[in-house]
Amino acid sequence: MKNIYLDNNATTRVAPEVVEAMMPFFTDYWGNPSSMHRFGGQLKKHLEHARSQVAALIGADPSEILFTSCGTESDNTAIRGAVEAAGAGARLITSRVEHPAVLETCRYLKRHGIPLVELEVNGRGQLDLDALRKALAAGPALVSLMWANNETGVIFPIREIAEIVKAAGSVMHTDAVQSVGKVPIDVKADSVDLLSLSGHKLHAPKGIGALYIRKGTKIHPLLLGGHQESGRRGGTENVPYIVALGKACELASANMREETTRVAALRNRLEEGLLKACPDVKINGDPDHRLPNTVNFSFLYIEGESILYRMSDCGIAASSGSACTSGSLEPSHVIRAMGIPFMAAHGTIRFSLSRYNTKEDVDTVLEQLPPIIADLRRISPFAPP
Amino acid sequence: MWDYTDKVLDHFRHPRNVGVIPDADGVGEVGSMACGDALKLTFKLDTRGRIADARFQTFGCASAIASSSALTEMIKGMPLDKAEKVTNQDIADYLGGLPEQKMHCSVLGREALELAIRNHRTGRKAEKKLEGRVVCRCFGVTENEIEQVVRDNKLATVEQVTNYCKAGGGCGNCHPEIEQIIARVRGASPQEPPAPAPVPPMTNIRRIRLIEETLEREIRPALQKDGGDIELIDVNGNRVIVALRGMCSNCQGAHFTLKDVVESKLREFVTPDLVVEANPS
Repeated sequence: MKNIYLDNNATTRVAPEVVEAMMPFFTDYWGNPSSMHRFGGQLKKHLEHARSQVAALIGADPSEILFTSCGTESDNTAIRGAVEAAGAGARLITSRVEHPAVLETCRYLKRHGIPLVELEVNGRGQLDLDALRKALAAGPALVSLMWANNETGVIFPIREIAEIVKAAGSVMHTDAVQSVGKVPIDVKADSVDLLSLSGHKLHAPKGIGALYIRKGTKIHPLLLGGHQESGRRGGTENVPYIVALGKACELASANMREETTRVAALRNRLEEGLLKACPDVKINGDPDHRLPNTVNFSFLYIEGESILYRMSDCGIAASSGSACTSGSLEPSHVIRAMGIPFMAAHGTIRFSLSRYNTKEDVDTVLEQLPPIIADLRRISPFAPP
Repeated sequence: MWDYTDKVLDHFRHPRNVGVIPDADGVGEVGSMACGDALKLTFKLDTRGRIADARFQTFGCASAIASSSALTEMIKGMPLDKAEKVTNQDIADYLGGLPEQKMHCSVLGREALELAIRNHRTGRKAEKKLEGRVVCRCFGVTENEIEQVVRDNKLATVEQVTNYCKAGGGCGNCHPEIEQIIARVRGASPQEPPAPAPVPPMTNIRRIRLIEETLEREIRPALQKDGGDIELIDVNGNRVIVALRGMCSNCQGAHFTLKDVVESKLREFVTPDLVVEANPS
């Protein structure tokens, strides 16, 4: 059975070019870049090349890129590092729909006395910017708002948000883990101070991430105990994965047009096809401001886990925000924050595509999924006869 | 993915006895859309009083569907007095076990069976009665239900109770109370909650005002978050007549909302004898 992978917001296939680029750094060039000998020291230039590849994808200067172990570490470094640097009087503003890496970090700091405002979203998953202005009126803060939502693909107007934040004399962090490589990003034009990204969401391996830190942004290191990364992160550099992330970013730049055209067209084909083939299906989020690869459906009257298991039997991989899959007893915090009624919240299915998907993949889903939905509704006491 | 047994996956992929028996001798409905799982069980008896046929409809995850399917297979051919002794552990055993966090699916089956048998005996549509105090407000679970799962399954921790009946799986405010119940059932030093202060008789005016205040403070904000609302229509003795508005008015979980949320809040904050009814508009 063919594996039809439509769960690219969870993780992505490592690009073959990326594997090829990083392998020599396991086998031949395995030295420590800090060493005072040629065998190790020669790796420095590969680190710096990777740094410039990452910087180029988001319009940064290479010196503004800090390598981390993952998106979660980037978020933790940005938020805890900036709050620590701000000292007394630090404040936090975030939203109810952030990834747990941001939300839990902010709530942790709140428990330690840092005032926190969690902005609400509307039914389309969008912020009320007046609420942001109001929260900023109380004084400068670290504002952490995601570029694009992992579950719904909803894109926040980061440029407009950053202008408001900067005008208030505050610091702007954005978790861009889901958007880097999928939509064009220019940190200079967008006035962002801190930006988190993750390797495995853009066809690099798991275990590598980066944090953009605009020159002049005050931030304390999270990991102490080493001079690496200009003293901003202790720990010997993960050279093979850093090289991999650099290569993946270079590929992402080259493929950006494909992401926003061919991948978006496949997503639209899937969306339109399922809306046509299944009654009582809704799209969650903001179709006008959304990642090109993501669609989040609610299949009414049935539950997400059972849909995922039936799809998995057909080789189709997707994900759900239902209670049974979120590891708790309640639907995902994103879906609940949007005020989606329970009838729709328990039956959410997210498809997220990548450049490795084909029209055949989408057509297989359009063929296999509608009978699954109909069958599960036959079992459900809530479905109309 | 969950570590489901082959038997769970088989019953999930090929559920037995799906449907509703139109002239059923017993009907049991438990759960709701809000809870994330629900089961409707119907059965038909033969002339000797044995369960000749049983059918189900389930809204829920793979293990909820499998547990329901298993239950119908298990009880077919059983006399009622034997069927009513089926425990949630029997259902889980039949399936070769369920993941600990999915045990509540087997409890759902046992509860539906219990209600269906009660419906057959009384001839009345049996509700999942709120027997005893509601301990977990997030999922509407009573003291009696928690006691039963603790007793039947020899549970020892709050986490286990959550896995078996969902109690404690929301805000977590009831965890200390669940701990007390576990201690009591397991025969450890029972810590009785403080006796409620005697309630002075209440005037009608005071009662209505308290009901309004409670609706405003405890109930309306939660409903409005889901796009719904509630309106107080009338108070007649201990009967409180309300109307659900907005998203709530056509929500299939409306009955759950009225009884398990509105009624239990009003009983807590006003008087314990109140009965909430929907406005028959």
